[in-house]
Amino acid sequence: MSVISSYTPRRGRNVELVLLIAAVAIVMLAYVNVGLATSGTVPPALLALGGGYLGVAVAFHLVLRWRASYADPLMLPIVTLLNGLGLVMLHRLDLASDRSITEGVALRQLMWSALAVAIAAVVLVMLRDHRILRRYTYLAGAIGFFLLVLPLFPVIGTSIYGSRIWIQIGPFSFQPGELAKIALAIFFAGYLVQTRDALSVAGRKVLGLTLPRARDLGPILVAWLASLAVLVFERDLGSSLLFFGLFVAMLYVATERVSWIAIGLTLFGIGAYTAYLIFGHVQTRVLLWLDTFSPEALSASDQLAKGLMGMASGGMFGTGLGRGRPDLTYFAESDFIIPSFGEEIGLIGLFAIVVLYGLLVERGLRTSLGTRDGFGKLLAAGLSFSLALQCFVVVGGVTRVIPLTGLTMPFLSSGGSSLLANWTLVAILLRISDHARRPLPEPSGPSPVAEARTQVVKVR
Amino acid sequence: MNAPVRRLSLVVATLFASLLVSTTLIQYVFAADLNARPDNRRTLLSTYARERGDILVGQTPIAESTPSEDQFKFQRVYPQGPLYAHVTGFYSFYGAVGGLEQAEDAFLSGSSDKLFYRRVSDLFTGRRPQGANVETTLDARVQEAASEAMEGITGGAVALDPRTGAILAMVSHPTFDPNDVAGHDLEAVGTTYDELNAAEGRPLVNRTIGGDLYPPGSVFKVVTAAAALSTGDYDEDTVLPGPAVLDLPQTSADLPNAFDGPCGPNSEVTFTEALAVSCNTAFARVGMDIGAEALQAQAAKFGFGDAITIPMRVTPSTVPAEMNLPQLAQASIGQYDVRATPLQMAMVAAGVANDGVVMRPYLVQSIIGSDLSVIESADEQELSEAVTQDVAAQLTRMMVSVVEDGSGQRAQIPGVEVAGKTGTAQHGEGRKAHAWFISFAPADDPEIAVAVIAEDGGVAGSEAGGGRVAAPIAKEIMEARLDQ
Repeated sequence: MSVISSYTPRRGRNVELVLLIAAVAIVMLAYVNVGLATSGTVPPALLALGGGYLGVAVAFHLVLRWRASYADPLMLPIVTLLNGLGLVMLHRLDLASDRSITEGVALRQLMWSALAVAIAAVVLVMLRDHRILRRYTYLAGAIGFFLLVLPLFPVIGTSIYGSRIWIQIGPFSFQPGELAKIALAIFFAGYLVQTRDALSVAGRKVLGLTLPRARDLGPILVAWLASLAVLVFERDLGSSLLFFGLFVAMLYVATERVSWIAIGLTLFGIGAYTAYLIFGHVQTRVLLWLDTFSPEALSASDQLAKGLMGMASGGMFGTGLGRGRPDLTYFAESDFIIPSFGEEIGLIGLFAIVVLYGLLVERGLRTSLGTRDGFGKLLAAGLSFSLALQCFVVVGGVTRVIPLTGLTMPFLSSGGSSLLANWTLVAILLRISDHARRPLPEPSGPSPVAEARTQVVKVR
Repeated sequence: MNAPVRRLSLVVATLFASLLVSTTLIQYVFAADLNARPDNRRTLLSTYARERGDILVGQTPIAESTPSEDQFKFQRVYPQGPLYAHVTGFYSFYGAVGGLEQAEDAFLSGSSDKLFYRRVSDLFTGRRPQGANVETTLDARVQEAASEAMEGITGGAVALDPRTGAILAMVSHPTFDPNDVAGHDLEAVGTTYDELNAAEGRPLVNRTIGGDLYPPGSVFKVVTAAAALSTGDYDEDTVLPGPAVLDLPQTSADLPNAFDGPCGPNSEVTFTEALAVSCNTAFARVGMDIGAEALQAQAAKFGFGDAITIPMRVTPSTVPAEMNLPQLAQASIGQYDVRATPLQMAMVAAGVANDGVVMRPYLVQSIIGSDLSVIESADEQELSEAVTQDVAAQLTRMMVSVVEDGSGQRAQIPGVEVAGKTGTAQHGEGRKAHAWFISFAPADDPEIAVAVIAEDGGVAGSEAGGGRVAAPIAKEIMEARLDQ
């Protein structure tokens, strides 16, 4: 953190507003598209829903103008567009399964979206400075680990299709891992800012790689064991990879030591391979991943195969929204929403979505670069990377880059917990970005230096 | 901390790039392979969404696609229900199953390469792609008469135009209603299909061209007679020994007539009389005289052993390759391991009717595009010359005497000379025999050739022969054609 970059103070709020309107326009166009394809008519609720969605987005935009006027102008339009496209796809899947508005997932998702935006706005208003979060480092850590192991508790923890990453309280099911992601990022950031000096002390040098001292291995071993526990007991490679990857990445950013990445990857590799040798469910997942179309794999689950066939049928340009059969794949509205999009808007549309996520992550990392305090830097980098890693785990899972997991796609997939967590995550990123882009306060009153007409040199 | 964040962004870029590669592989590079997978329901559903062509008898559709309100856009309908079930087959979640639906699927669905230019022009004109129509050779009145005459009987009936090979009627009983298995309710269709598949009498099987083949019994004597006459050593008036029982060589078993007593006075009959009364002992003797090779060769000329498609695949009929003398004697009267489809026996009758030339049977007259242009048209093809014109004439006279004076009198049609042959085929100890009849009419200028089988002698019981049960059915079928 030796270099501090500075920017021309441009707020970009008007750009944001224009992009926001464009994003809502795209969503409305997609909605019309579905209506025309399925019933041949423009949906009657188009203006009401479109106007409502625009209202929610603009309200958040106004909160930004009011409380974080220097915040990154791209994040909100990107998230608005993704969330809106997700709503349209869920509505489209409701139609395919003959679910009425009230029993469908789209309306619920819309209400959750509004709630998530409201909570994100509250976070933005209440959290005047992200550095406040540093005070709650260990509380966040405790909450994070608690949320992580919550699905393991009897009664409330539920196992859905092999992965035990859900909790069920009454009619509500919740993926606590989504919130744990934020809590743990705060914890790691606070903890690593404190200990980074110790953890970056050089130890022995092996094969050109400077290893840390053995006594400093404690934290990474704890994180490793925790992630292995998630893999083994919650049976979810995705969550496991997400949390351990997040920790290792933040450790690397904090210490600038590549050796941590090497150690992390080695440990994870050993752990995953051992789990593969020991546990049947891991072997099944690997079989499904490597040999999706073999009779053994198909007899275990043809979900991945169906998703792949759906994507293939979309081809380059897709069948068009409302014209494919994404409902043939189980969990088309959550885990497999990416194949749903691939089928209906084609490879080109899917590229656009992946690039949107890429842009969002890139804006987050840019925020990290511009932030002046170490905690903010680490937190922004961690949150952004967790988003990237989650996208990779989900999309990579359905496209056979890695074994399939039970994680959901941020903003697109159906699910209240996912929306709440990710909007909150974006609110925190926006807060940090406001801090990063806000020009340093001018010194109050004329200073002797200014009086002396000495030239101020910007160091970059 | 900025340098590692920058490197981290490179890692992120790599991760996202790998996703772009993986999606490209699936949606572009391997898309065709994935779409071609047989277990890919989307491919099936997309063919559902296309308007499938009609199957026509004359101008009347016996299978058509009507718009439906549900997700599949079209519902396959069979207006005549069970009447044409084995001709059409059915189109369901299991794809096109049986009949012309399956055999002409490429044209009906519009996926045939021959429809390529049409598809391309559809693409540019925005016309909704539509499958081609299949026009059958069937004659609705003959089909209806056959189905009516076969009411309550387990068996099959086929009628051919002997001059062309066009199939005029194809009835297999028991039958089923293809509408029951063409619905869009996956569960109901599955249950019905399973029931039909397991049902006694196996209604899904088209007995005229497939299923378990039948022993032809005495109708095979026409083939034996053809072989004998073709040697030149016999003619229709040749006097043959016709004892009540023939003592078979190499075995203690005897071969009796189907009736008590010899076939004629002094146990002697002419060849014509032997056929008329269906004399087992005379034909067994003739068979043993001409030899297995001659019999097999003659059967092959009528189409035995040929893999024929009409376009449905017809199970080849068989005459055993290796036979000793007693087996040959049995084979000469259509027993032992001789097995035939009703279509094959209709081809025997048609071959005799058509001056000895067997025409290749076919069920599809033409393929007509949705714009009514003819895409393909059936061409009449000679399958083989089974017998010479002279032998055919003698066989015709012999078969006429079967109907006029012999076992097939119930096939007589007033004012029309009918040629025919009865058969009562044993198929296992203690079981009722199958009743057969093959015929053609008018004898001098044949317009229709027919084969009928009633399993287990039909409703009349064990002692009934082909003459009593099957001949009247054949008569009804022939009349339906000749009355027009």
